[in-house]
Amino acid sequence: MEAYEGESIAIALYAIGIDVFSWSPKLGRPRGPLCMIGKCSSCFMIVDGVPNTKTCRFPVREGLRVERQRGRSTPPPEPIIDEVESLEIKTDVLIIGGGPAGLEAASILSKSGLSVVIVDEHFKLGGQLLKQTHKFFGSVDLFGGMRGFQIAEAYVKNLLSQPNIRVLTETVVYGVFRGGVVSAVSPGKHYLIKPRAVIAATGAQERLLEFPNNDLPGVMGAGGAQTIMNEYGVKPGERALVVGSGNVGLIIAYQLLQAGVRVEAIVEILIEIGGWFVHAAKIRRYGVPILTGHTIKYVVGDSRVEKAVVVAVDDKFNPIPGSEREYNVDLVLLAIGLEPDTRLHAQVGALMKYIPELGGLVPLRTRELETTVRNLYVAGDSSGIEEATTAILEGRIAAYSIVSKYSDGEKAIAAEMELDKALKFLWDEYRSSPLLSRARRGKELATVSKEEMEELRRKYPPPVEFG
Amino acid sequence: MGGEEVGMEKATIICRCNDVTLEDINKAIEAGIDDFELLRKYLKIGFGPCQGRGCLLIAARIFARRMSKSLGDVLANYSVRPPITPIPAKYFTTVNPSFQGGKKANRGGES
Repeated sequence: MEAYEGESIAIALYAIGIDVFSWSPKLGRPRGPLCMIGKCSSCFMIVDGVPNTKTCRFPVREGLRVERQRGRSTPPPEPIIDEVESLEIKTDVLIIGGGPAGLEAASILSKSGLSVVIVDEHFKLGGQLLKQTHKFFGSVDLFGGMRGFQIAEAYVKNLLSQPNIRVLTETVVYGVFRGGVVSAVSPGKHYLIKPRAVIAATGAQERLLEFPNNDLPGVMGAGGAQTIMNEYGVKPGERALVVGSGNVGLIIAYQLLQAGVRVEAIVEILIEIGGWFVHAAKIRRYGVPILTGHTIKYVVGDSRVEKAVVVAVDDKFNPIPGSEREYNVDLVLLAIGLEPDTRLHAQVGALMKYIPELGGLVPLRTRELETTVRNLYVAGDSSGIEEATTAILEGRIAAYSIVSKYSDGEKAIAAEMELDKALKFLWDEYRSSPLLSRARRGKELATVSKEEMEELRRKYPPPVEFG
Repeated sequence: MGGEEVGMEKATIICRCNDVTLEDINKAIEAGIDDFELLRKYLKIGFGPCQGRGCLLIAARIFARRMSKSLGDVLANYSVRPPITPIPAKYFTTVNPSFQGGKKANRGGES
C-alpha cells in the first residue's frame, strides 16, 4: 500500500479505512487506535515480525511488513537477529518529553552553557503542540497569535542552532536505576544516561470511561482524533458523538465540523456545559445539540462503532429508563479530561499524591518544581493538568532553577532573577484568572515549601538522587 | 450498580491490555478482595504494555465507589516498576552493568 512520508503506520492504515488493528489478548475483541500518542496499547501490530509494536509511533517506510495481531502475541517463528548499539552519555541536564514544557526548558538550558539531552518517544518534537491548530492567546513572549504547531516549529528551529544540545527522537525512557542512571531505547540503540538534573515533562493521557463495548474501534480519545485530523490531515470518521462538554469537547466538535464530519450531539453528564460560553455558542450556531444531564449508555457495532445510545441521568447520575436516544455514528470521542502521566516520577521514587483538581497522581514538588528526588523536576501536564501556556512557564521555571544551581557568578544571578520573574508571573498573574482557579488550587496542594520538602526527604528518603 | 444491566458488564472493558472486564472486578470484590493493590495483582489490571495508563483511574474509581473509600486512599500504595513502557528484550542483552556505579551482576560463568 501507499503512504505519505512522515506518517505513522497507524495513520497510514487509518487513512485507507482500516478499523481493526488487532484482536484482543483473551477475549478476541477487535481493537483500533485510541490515544494516537504512544500512551495506550490499542494500536499494537506485528511490524516486520515484531509483535506489540506501537504503530502510532512508527514512521512508515518502503517495504515494511505490517500484520494484525491476534490474541496474545507470540515470539516470531524465526529468531530476529539484529545488532543493538550500546551508548553511554553523561550530560548536565536530561529532558524527558519534547512538548511545550520540555522545549521551553531545552531552549533556555542549551543557551546557558550546560549540556542538554532531550528525548521524545515520537519521531518529531513538539508533543501535543503538533495537533493544536488554534491561535494562542496572550503576549508575544508566550507565543500569543501563533498556532500550536508553529510554536513547535519555532522551538525546533531554534534548538537545532544550539551547540550544547543533543536531540534524541524515537527514544523512550523505560526506567531509572541505581546511581541515577536513566535507561532509554531507540531503534537499534540502548542508552544509559547519567544526568546531573532531570526534567521529566512526560505529559498526560486521556481518561477513559466504562460502558459496554467501550473498546470498539471508533471509540477514541478526543485528542486521538485531533492527532488524526489536525496533525496528519486525515478525516477521523463520518458521523461523531462527543462525550464531555469541557473546552476540549467543544473545540473537537468544532474542528470535526470544519473537517466535514457530522457531529450528531455532545453529551454532558452534568447539568451545565463545562467549557467556555464562546466555544459553546459556536457549536450551537452549527445546530449541534449539547445534551446536558446525559451520558453514554453503550455502543454497538461489528468491527467498528455503528450506533451509540445515550441516556438522561437523574441528580444522582443514575440513568432514567425510557430516556434513551440512539445515534448512528462511527466515532465516539471521549473528552472527559486528562490524567498526568507520572509513571516515570513514581518509578524513580518521588513522593506522589492523588489530587483530583490535577487529574490524578502527581509528584509533590517545591515552587521551583523539584520533587522529593533531588534534582528531578516535573513540568507541564505531568505536574498536573493545565494547558500549553502553563506548561511553557513550568518548563521555564524548572530550567532557570537548574541554571541558577549549576552556574556561578552573574549567570547564576541572572537565572535567579528570571526564575523569580517566571514564578511571579505564573502564580500572581496567569493563574489568578478565575477560569483557572481549580487548577491553581490543585497546584497549591501539590506544592510544598523548601523546609517541608527537606522534612519529606528525611521521612521518605527516595532510592536515588541526581546531582 | 447505577442501573447497569447484568450481562453488559461482560462487555465493559476496564483494562484493555489484559482484557479485564467490569464483571471480573465485581466478581473479585464479591469474592472478598478488599484491597486495591490486591485486586490489581489478582486481575493483572495495569500489568500490560500500557502499564495502567488507560485503566488505573477507572479501576480505582470503581473500587473506591464499591468500597466507600476515597480515591486518594485507594491509590496510596500504588507503585511503579521498570520497564515503564514495553521494550523488546534484545535491548537488555547489551547493557554494561558497570556503568556509573551500577553493581556488576554475577552472571555465573563467562559471557
